[in-house]
Amino acid sequence: MNDIVLRVVGKLLIPFAVLFALYVQFHGDFGPGGGFQAGVIVAAAVVFYALIYGLAEARRVVPDRVVEAMVALGVLLYAGVGVAGIVLGGNYLDYFVLHANPVEGQHRGIFWVEAGVAITVSGVMLKIFYLFAGRGRDEPPVP
Amino acid sequence: MIDALIVAALLAMMAAIAVAIVRQRNLFGVIVLFGAYSFIMATTLAALDAPDVAMTEAAVGAGISTVLMLGALHLVKTMEAKPAEGAIGPLVVVILVGVLVAYGTLGLPSFSDPQSPIHRHVAPRYLEEGLKETGVPNIVTAVLASYRGYDTLGETTVVFTAGIGVIALLRRRRRQEPGK
Repeated sequence: MNDIVLRVVGKLLIPFAVLFALYVQFHGDFGPGGGFQAGVIVAAAVVFYALIYGLAEARRVVPDRVVEAMVALGVLLYAGVGVAGIVLGGNYLDYFVLHANPVEGQHRGIFWVEAGVAITVSGVMLKIFYLFAGRGRDEPPVP
Repeated sequence: MIDALIVAALLAMMAAIAVAIVRQRNLFGVIVLFGAYSFIMATTLAALDAPDVAMTEAAVGAGISTVLMLGALHLVKTMEAKPAEGAIGPLVVVILVGVLVAYGTLGLPSFSDPQSPIHRHVAPRYLEEGLKETGVPNIVTAVLASYRGYDTLGETTVVFTAGIGVIALLRRRRRQEPGK
């Protein structure tokens, strides 16, 4: 789309959308929000970018390789927190052992778990959007 | 009282939009109405003091799914095809299922009843000990990420599996197989 209004408004709003996602992510302990919501907002910001500047441009900024890695990385990070609990002498997904102070350990566990959720959710949402939006452009129409 | 009125008005609007979706033949209009439906759903959840869920509904339901459905609409015709059969059979099934669901809700405890079993099992302990044990004031985050960490791991795996499934189905093959 070559609409100057959309381009300018998009350029102004997208950084704030990403910033809001970070706020939702890291303030999720105190206010509403958390990994899932933050991941979706990040994905929505990139979708917004793709709608205004075109899919090819969005794929250049956030390449498929990165998105596909994020899909798996988040789950691995989440599962890794669980394994860290075992290694440090607790049960799977036991956060109390992650720090000498149990409450601090809980904080640490929740932080990394939420980070994993955000990474996987934003990766999956973006990948699905890329695949849907990229279809049918250079393929022959289905009869 | 005023809360109940607001929620009732929002639910009435959602019902009106649902009827409009059924009557609308233009799929672009249907998608726009779906977006409106999700936004009112999000507003309803916010009115019911569930901001975490409202946020998810607004971002996923009204945002991402609308874009995905528009992307799918790009590949199909914009007008809904005429149904092949009459509407009487499906109508009977829908009314029967609706009556059954409504009958089923009669057995549920009344809405937000603090004495209902779900609020007397582990929830009081989470509410009382949550801040002390996890140091996280938002009880939703504490339950989601800590007390119910296994469930959230499963949920994340479901999202992961959905993504892998779509990638496996839609990703274009790198090499063209010979002879095809």
